[in-house]
Amino acid sequence: MSTESLITGIQDHAWAGGKEPLKASYGKLMMWFFLVSDAFTFSGLLVVYGALRFSNPYWPDPDRVFNAFPGLGHADLPLMFVSLMTFILIMSSVTMVLAVEAGSRMDRKAVEKWMLWTILGGATFLACQAWEWTHLIEDGTTIFRNMWGATAEDGARTPGPVNFGQLFFFITGFHGTHVLSGVVINILIYYRVVNGQMDKTGHYEMVEKVGLYWHFVDLVWVFVFTFFYLV
Amino acid sequence: MGHHATTPGEIAKPNTKWIWKVFWILLVITTVEVTLAYIWPASLSVLLLNVIFISLTLVKAFYIVAEFMHLGHEVKALVMTIVLPILFVMWLVVALLVDGTFWLDCRSYFIQ
Repeated sequence: MSTESLITGIQDHAWAGGKEPLKASYGKLMMWFFLVSDAFTFSGLLVVYGALRFSNPYWPDPDRVFNAFPGLGHADLPLMFVSLMTFILIMSSVTMVLAVEAGSRMDRKAVEKWMLWTILGGATFLACQAWEWTHLIEDGTTIFRNMWGATAEDGARTPGPVNFGQLFFFITGFHGTHVLSGVVINILIYYRVVNGQMDKTGHYEMVEKVGLYWHFVDLVWVFVFTFFYLV
Repeated sequence: MGHHATTPGEIAKPNTKWIWKVFWILLVITTVEVTLAYIWPASLSVLLLNVIFISLTLVKAFYIVAEFMHLGHEVKALVMTIVLPILFVMWLVVALLVDGTFWLDCRSYFIQ
């Protein structure tokens, strides 16, 4: 095979090596590999969290730490707010699949609608997280101190493991950064969809790729929810 | 999903039943988790509760990856390319949890 024909072959199809082994486009494959590497980063953080938590003689009870709900003052509602956040993120994942599904049918109006809902869901989640952080910091838990130690005999609060705040803020912060970049990428792709760029190229694969990233962000939250709030 | 045979310009009917099915599965599992956190009696083993939580989380992860991310419908080679490295790193997570318990033993030995 001459060099010239090889180049023409590459121009005709992205894959020029015969039978496609993975039956996925270059872009989708690269997104998957990026997500695997990102999963390693999150797993690394989870390893640190698990090992430090298990090697600490005392660890704060999440039901006591995370029991507030915006606008409800001192009502004791463990897990309720974070469950709402989980619901918002799952819902935005659902609207993302609906956008991808509409894209596979070349239904631009529906793609626009569902992508807007997804962006809204992501932004709402970030707002919830901002409230959660503010509440925790105002209560006295930062990366330098923690007030969730074992309750003293007279009922007073005692300092707890500083690692708790450090891990909480780092891991939820790292996840929140992913949500933020997901929202920004979603807005960019939404702009392209509105401009009719996907109809011009003849497919909505870009929506599918950002969808993969968005579901991954939801997936990480499912684990953060379990390991920080439930266990 | 799948491609519908339509004439150009015509938009096929949405096929979203499977999406809402997965949504309900995820919602019900999350509700069960939160309910268990509320009603679990102090007399029962916390370890058992945590095992239930982690198992339910893995079920949720399966549905997100297999259905929403469509990996369940890709070719086997691609599925293995993604899943095998993740299984190894999950083993690392578990191994270091066990190590954490050992560090606690060492710590209490030296502090006392």
